[in-house]
Amino acid sequence: MVRTRYAPDRGLQARMGLTLFLLGLVFVAFVIALVFILIAFKVGAGAIIFFAVILGGGLAFGSLFWSDKIALRASGAKEVSPAEAPQLHGIIDRLCALADMPKPRVAIAQADMPNAFATGRNSKNAVVCVTTGLLRRLDDKELEGVLAHEMSHVAHKDVVVMTVASFLGIVAGLLVRFAFYSELFGGDRRGGNNNNGGALPVLLIVLLVSAVVYAISFLLIRLLSRYRELAADRAGALLTGQPSALASALTKVSGAMSAIPTRDLREAQALNAFYFAPALKADTVTLSTIFSTHPSLERRLQQLSEISAQLGR
Amino acid sequence: MGFLDTLLGRTKPVPPKLDALFSLPTAAVTLQAAMGFVPTGSGSVCFRAAEGRAFHDIEAEVRELLSMGEEAARVEVTRDSYGFTWLVCRHSSDDMEALVTDLHAVNISLAEGGFGPQLLCTLVGFTDSAGRKLGIVYLYKRGTFYPFAPQAGEHRDNALELEVRGNIGSDLPIEADLSRWFPVWGAPGL
Repeated sequence: MVRTRYAPDRGLQARMGLTLFLLGLVFVAFVIALVFILIAFKVGAGAIIFFAVILGGGLAFGSLFWSDKIALRASGAKEVSPAEAPQLHGIIDRLCALADMPKPRVAIAQADMPNAFATGRNSKNAVVCVTTGLLRRLDDKELEGVLAHEMSHVAHKDVVVMTVASFLGIVAGLLVRFAFYSELFGGDRRGGNNNNGGALPVLLIVLLVSAVVYAISFLLIRLLSRYRELAADRAGALLTGQPSALASALTKVSGAMSAIPTRDLREAQALNAFYFAPALKADTVTLSTIFSTHPSLERRLQQLSEISAQLGR
Repeated sequence: MGFLDTLLGRTKPVPPKLDALFSLPTAAVTLQAAMGFVPTGSGSVCFRAAEGRAFHDIEAEVRELLSMGEEAARVEVTRDSYGFTWLVCRHSSDDMEALVTDLHAVNISLAEGGFGPQLLCTLVGFTDSAGRKLGIVYLYKRGTFYPFAPQAGEHRDNALELEVRGNIGSDLPIEADLSRWFPVWGAPGL
């Protein structure tokens, strides 16, 4: 009888499902609140909301559709051929064959910061990128672990999931801004106009609701991102059968990360959600843990050692 | 991968397809008749060793299993530069069936131990009178084969590979996606 050693982490899946459910709930509540406000005041902030949804949708779609090009441009990475980086391609070839997935494009970014990311809206357009700092610091086994983690992001379609999840936050954020500016600039023009007297409280309420929705969805998205990282760690470790190599890579990368000058770190922050390890200093633990895109090093190492024990049984 | 799998971020390790290996002897006959390539008698199973005691025990078991029996195969274990383990079996060059049976025994042992997803590929070596080398690579997860013809200095004889594809295409399921024909430089038994 062929047995399997694959044991799904039901707890993680349940938490991820709950997070997605809450995001959906916030989204529905947001829409209902907006409709309710518009009906109650019988005024046309509708155009602003419509515009925010269209613009937000456009932004989300654009960042999804061009995610590979945007990320490569932002990180200054260059695609490499098998002749230029035979070892890197060889590792990815083998991981693809193990995982039965199409081969992503491979890119290298000239940066001393040891990191890696995967992007692209689907597995056909996927790019896996590593920095020269990562290649220099990790041995082949650790590099394989990191690449398996990134390939798992591709397999899980994390770029799509996170972009769709972020859509709500983008729209709410835009509404806050629009409402704020129209108060600022449109306020006194409308001051003496009785026909439009309801606009002020409506926009204030829209501003308030949007701000609350933005805050909640922001926290939920960060939570979701941390769960997706754990899921990618898990799938990557099971793919290579070497959870300890990934753990070793994580400690090396995290250790090196805090030794890098801050200027580089700030440059990389916009890309954090896609990175293997976040380019932030991890000295303030209390509040930063609920804002961070990645789980703490301890949490990731703990999961990997559980998988290691599982494999050894 | 289903919608729910995507939503919950889960991928299951892919189990290997094992049975297609048994069509290799037929393909070997075709290769010899059509192109003059004869089996070298060596074949290998390539897998990614998992860490921990369990895998180590199974690997030791497999080696013991192969070195027993009447017409015991010569078994050799090597690690390549990617950290993959190659278990090489050698038989006489006219006994393709025995070779395939041995390779299958390795696969079954790993799969029964729960390490089927660790199997990467199997490679059977061929050579012709001009000394050209050819490997037929079996991808476990796809259940397909592809030819690999290495030349000196990490070059591939793509023309030969495509010619082989044309000749054995009716005997073996050939991998249609050419980007999955990855090179296995320095594979033992080639």
